Amino acid sequence: MTESYYKPEDLLKFSSIGDDAPELWKKFNEWYGEVFKEGALTEREKALIALAVATAEQCPYCIDAFTKTCLEKGSNTEQMTEAIHVASAIKGGATLIHGVQMRNAAKKVEL
Amino acid sequence: MASNGEISGLEALAIEPFDERLKCEVGLYPLKASAPSTLQVDLGSFCNLKCRHCHVSAGPDRTDKVMTRSTMESCLEAVAGNASISTIDITGGAPEMHPDFKWFVAEAVKVAKKVMVRTNLTLMNNKAACDDIGEFLAARKVELVASLPYYRREETDRMRGEGVFKAVMESMKYLNSIGYGMDGSGLKLNLVYNPTGAFMAPSQSAIEADFRRELTRREGVSFNNLFVITNMPIGRFFDFLVESDNLMPYMERLASAFNPDSVEGLMCRTTLSVASDGTLYDCDFNRVLGLKSLLPDSTTDATIESFDGDTLDGRDILTAQHCYGCTAGAGSSCAGETT
Repeated sequence: MTESYYKPEDLLKFSSIGDDAPELWKKFNEWYGEVFKEGALTEREKALIALAVATAEQCPYCIDAFTKTCLEKGSNTEQMTEAIHVASAIKGGATLIHGVQMRNAAKKVEL
Repeated sequence: MASNGEISGLEALAIEPFDERLKCEVGLYPLKASAPSTLQVDLGSFCNLKCRHCHVSAGPDRTDKVMTRSTMESCLEAVAGNASISTIDITGGAPEMHPDFKWFVAEAVKVAKKVMVRTNLTLMNNKAACDDIGEFLAARKVELVASLPYYRREETDRMRGEGVFKAVMESMKYLNSIGYGMDGSGLKLNLVYNPTGAFMAPSQSAIEADFRRELTRREGVSFNNLFVITNMPIGRFFDFLVESDNLMPYMERLASAFNPDSVEGLMCRTTLSVASDGTLYDCDFNRVLGLKSLLPDSTTDATIESFDGDTLDGRDILTAQHCYGCTAGAGSSCAGETT
């Protein structure tokens, strides 16, 4: 297994997902474009959120793309690292809080 | 520094020719110059710094090109004799290191409505190197344009050298204390932002707001405006792009962001660049690449010694692949965005 499952050139094939569902692809693109426009949040803030989600979701394409976008919006690596810590804290917290389910389940069967 | 290598290196990439985009998408090929309103004068590539993004590859070892006083006099004569030129924009290297810098500035303010000096700022508070230069420039209302890649030490020093950020902040505090960058003083201190790598710049207004907030909060320093300039794929930055395998992706990024609306305000249409040997170029970037201004019906080089504003008005501007650097996104010039 020397070949990578995620190939950089595959990103250029993203639009092929619209081949069998062109209307849905068109709507996705329009919506995606609108989402990242400046609104109540700045484009720089939205890019930081996107980077945090990308790392949490571990999407290599999104990590590469939004790392560059964050830099192009004027963020620095200190801010980007903090954003990733936020994602990491939520992932960690979300894991840990499921410990309550474990405790509930254990309590139900333990003497 | 091998300009031919840069031109051919850029042309060899599978990127649509810039001139075709000008022709088909803008309808302004060949690009025409109007009468110059700014004379950008390169005093030489000698500099105390060796910044990694420097498009002129300036540095302490660049003693090969230094403008003579005679050429400086020709610049002054050209401005005095041409009403269209209102601004002298003095650049380098570090122009304040030129032995005739003060003389040239003192004479320039007599013939030009506006005189600006592009400085790396590190010498502005260095009494040993440049004596009373801040007060000298302030007394003559000279506008300062200072490169500062980022509002943090980490990014700035990575790009410009260890200790540069600290020296720049000390100079800014000193310049602020004598009125530069302060509201109502009439002394302008403008900053220049360059991306700290192989990526495009943010919007000028957004990054200016970030710089103002962070430089005030972290360092307690003030400035007037911030200009965003795209890193040009020439000089030392070209070397970085090649060595880091970023040349093709960077050029693709610039070409994909080509903005037809940016062409109207390109600086080459109103600015003329004078090399240290007196040769005229359409812009500072063409100067580095050795692409000399074309005079209609002439086989001789255009020089400041034989300056003729009427002949230069309406000339064809030489364009090539590096011009994508000035037309990407919101456009880029020595005065920031062009749109």
